[in-house]
Amino acid sequence: MATDTATTVHDDGHEHAPSFIDRWFFGTNHKDIGTLYLLFSLAMFLIGGAMAMIIRAELFMPGMQIVNPEFFNQMTTMHALVMIFGAVMPAFVGLANWMLPLMIGAPDMALPRLNNLSFWILPFAFLIMLSTLFMEGGGPAGGWTLYPPLSLQQGNSMAFVIFAIHMMGLSSIMGAINIIATVLNMRAPGMDLLKMPIFPWTWLITAFLLIGVMPVLAGAITMLLTDKFFLTSFFNAAGGGDPVMYQHIFWFFGHPEVYIMILPAFGVVSEIIPTFSRKPLFGYQAMVYATASIAFLSFIVWAHHMFTVGMPLGGELFFMYATMLIAVPTGVKVFNWVSTMWQGSLTFETPMLFAIGFVVMFTIGGFSGLMLAIVPADYQYHDTYFVVAHFHYVLVTGSVFALMAGAYYWLPKWTGYMYNETLGKWHFWLSTIFVNLLFFPQHFLGLAGMPRRIPDYNIAFSDFNMISSIGGFGFGLAQLLFVYVVWSCARGRSGIKVGDRVWEGARGLEWTVPSPAPHHTFTTPPKFDDRDLAHGDVSH
Amino acid sequence: MANPAPDPGIYYVPHSSKWPLVGSIGLFLMLAGFANLMNGNKTLGMPMTFAGIAVILVMFWGWFRNVISESVRGLYNRQVDFSFRMGMIWFIFSEIMFFAAFFGALFYARVLSVPWLGGIGDGELTNIYIWSGFEAAWPTSGPEQVGGEYGLIGAWGIPLLNTMLLLASGVTLTIAHHALKAGQRTQVLIWLGATIALGAIFLYFQMYEYVHAYRDLNLTLGSGVYGSTFFMLTGFHGVHVTLGTIMLIVIWFRCLKGHFSKDDHFGFEAVAWYWHFVDVVWLILFIFVYVL
Repeated sequence: MATDTATTVHDDGHEHAPSFIDRWFFGTNHKDIGTLYLLFSLAMFLIGGAMAMIIRAELFMPGMQIVNPEFFNQMTTMHALVMIFGAVMPAFVGLANWMLPLMIGAPDMALPRLNNLSFWILPFAFLIMLSTLFMEGGGPAGGWTLYPPLSLQQGNSMAFVIFAIHMMGLSSIMGAINIIATVLNMRAPGMDLLKMPIFPWTWLITAFLLIGVMPVLAGAITMLLTDKFFLTSFFNAAGGGDPVMYQHIFWFFGHPEVYIMILPAFGVVSEIIPTFSRKPLFGYQAMVYATASIAFLSFIVWAHHMFTVGMPLGGELFFMYATMLIAVPTGVKVFNWVSTMWQGSLTFETPMLFAIGFVVMFTIGGFSGLMLAIVPADYQYHDTYFVVAHFHYVLVTGSVFALMAGAYYWLPKWTGYMYNETLGKWHFWLSTIFVNLLFFPQHFLGLAGMPRRIPDYNIAFSDFNMISSIGGFGFGLAQLLFVYVVWSCARGRSGIKVGDRVWEGARGLEWTVPSPAPHHTFTTPPKFDDRDLAHGDVSH
Repeated sequence: MANPAPDPGIYYVPHSSKWPLVGSIGLFLMLAGFANLMNGNKTLGMPMTFAGIAVILVMFWGWFRNVISESVRGLYNRQVDFSFRMGMIWFIFSEIMFFAAFFGALFYARVLSVPWLGGIGDGELTNIYIWSGFEAAWPTSGPEQVGGEYGLIGAWGIPLLNTMLLLASGVTLTIAHHALKAGQRTQVLIWLGATIALGAIFLYFQMYEYVHAYRDLNLTLGSGVYGSTFFMLTGFHGVHVTLGTIMLIVIWFRCLKGHFSKDDHFGFEAVAWYWHFVDVVWLILFIFVYVL
């Protein structure tokens, strides 16, 4: 049948007036599932943030003030697990759900029911994990990396945490499979891979990383489980195993995992900067190849997390140089963002502010990462607050700032109303000032020798800790402003309705559908001009 | 799918379904129940685990029944078919990476950690001060001989036989596939049945070997790093063969019902891919766990 008028087959009798349960619990609609993901991750961001507030309150002054050390350790462990698996990863999957089909001109994700399963596993997984806090012996307290033998010595929580992580992994793998199938199979006719917007590109590569490493994490924690409950000796030297082996397997997952959390952030920022610079993305293809290079390199650098465990010298050298190589494609990206802005006609709406904040502060995190990559220097920095400062710069001012940028950028598309720009700008400036107050002094603390994951510290570290805690409280409170902005935008409080193309300089198929995006979009494959794509005409 | 594929220009979006949520609840009950069991809480753990398993089985039954009926009604087009293929391919890839973690543990122990404990390379001081007198060798249950003395299972007995069985099952499955493409349903049922039988015999021998290992050889999960890697690798493989066999049985009944046509039988192909994957994992396992 050679017809141009294709239509969507909806195999249902009540798609046009779905009941509440049908829509939010049994749904297959990518926008609804995306909304669920985003709301879930926001809830987890607040829970994980509350844990961070407890940590910073305890560290406000030297000495033990508020919580006992055991609970403090549970907080650091849970804060990490909640933020990584509950806040950042689901938030990016939520953005992918909402935006990927809109950006590539597809009616929905490729496997919509699997999509719903991916989401619904998560609340149950976190129910299991968070419930351990109320069990006898409390939650996991050995750090989110669950290193043996320490993690094997904790109480009843271990089995629950391991199974919860298994569920999160399952959810991620299914989500990743769905994204790959969507990007490779559902693109509108004429949208070649190298014409595709950059956010789907970064997510495609991220999805490969997820499928490559989440099963390895599952294997690692399964071995922990059998070591604890079924007498195996994987991580027990007396039986011929090696605790360091766990670290190798864990970080084979763990290092790509950090790119899983940052590559989609690169994608979001690469969408936003061209819009508010009113220029196509500089070096589109270089961006794609740089993303792919970073993804490849992420598989061969894992042992830089464990320079001090006593690896052979050859291993340390290899992992040092491989790690430093990552700076090359990352540098390509940073320079391309800057070049995109160069001579553009810039405006500084909230998404752009967050995106620029991302570029500047993520680069700071990147540079401290480069410092940590140097083996002899790492011997000094390892397990100090310098590491904490480093990964919070890339994760908070990196990933989270990109998420905020994305949320402000697409909120009008989701709700049909403009958010409150004044409050958005307040949110940005308060976040930026306080987050630097929070994490920058931690560099100094680390260099001066303050170890991470301790509830008490030498009195010499008092001043910087107090500054850091004040920054933490401020940053935490500023996020409540974000919650209010999102709520008021969803309720249409601003009263400013937006058109299809919310931002003057925005390009891409998502801006050709109405705002708010109707429940079903692109039920027929869209026709488009290459110049409408996010990075402009790729032919020149 | 009995009908010809609809126009690929038509998008297909499936209707809402309760099965994903049911599956999540089942997974929650099963795993939370299992965690309770491990901590010794049988009163809560037992009912939760079994309820969870039951819910998951019901979920698989209902979900697949739903998809099969939609497929038979001809609702799916080539694009949906391709999405399903991508789903299966990348699911199998994730399984490969899961096995890779355990093979990684095996290689790490054999190539690095055991020699280090024996004082080779960087491990000289470790050996002198902590594990004095331990000589690296494989297989080993470590310097403290965790789990006590144990015997080994030779590669050229049952394991070789099992290798032959699985290789043969790959051949019979391929013959069945060719028969399906030629439209000879009786042949399909015979050769697919043979594949199932070979899988079942494999599983029988595998269980026989486990009983032998535990009862006669004192080779258990607790036999140091050798026992750990041996049983975790062969055990997870066995679980996958069991799953694969169940999938083959389902496909056999679907063939009997005439769900598959000459050129449209993705369900069959997906199971065949899975079976070959299990086959290949066994070959690697045979070489590195039994032979070398």
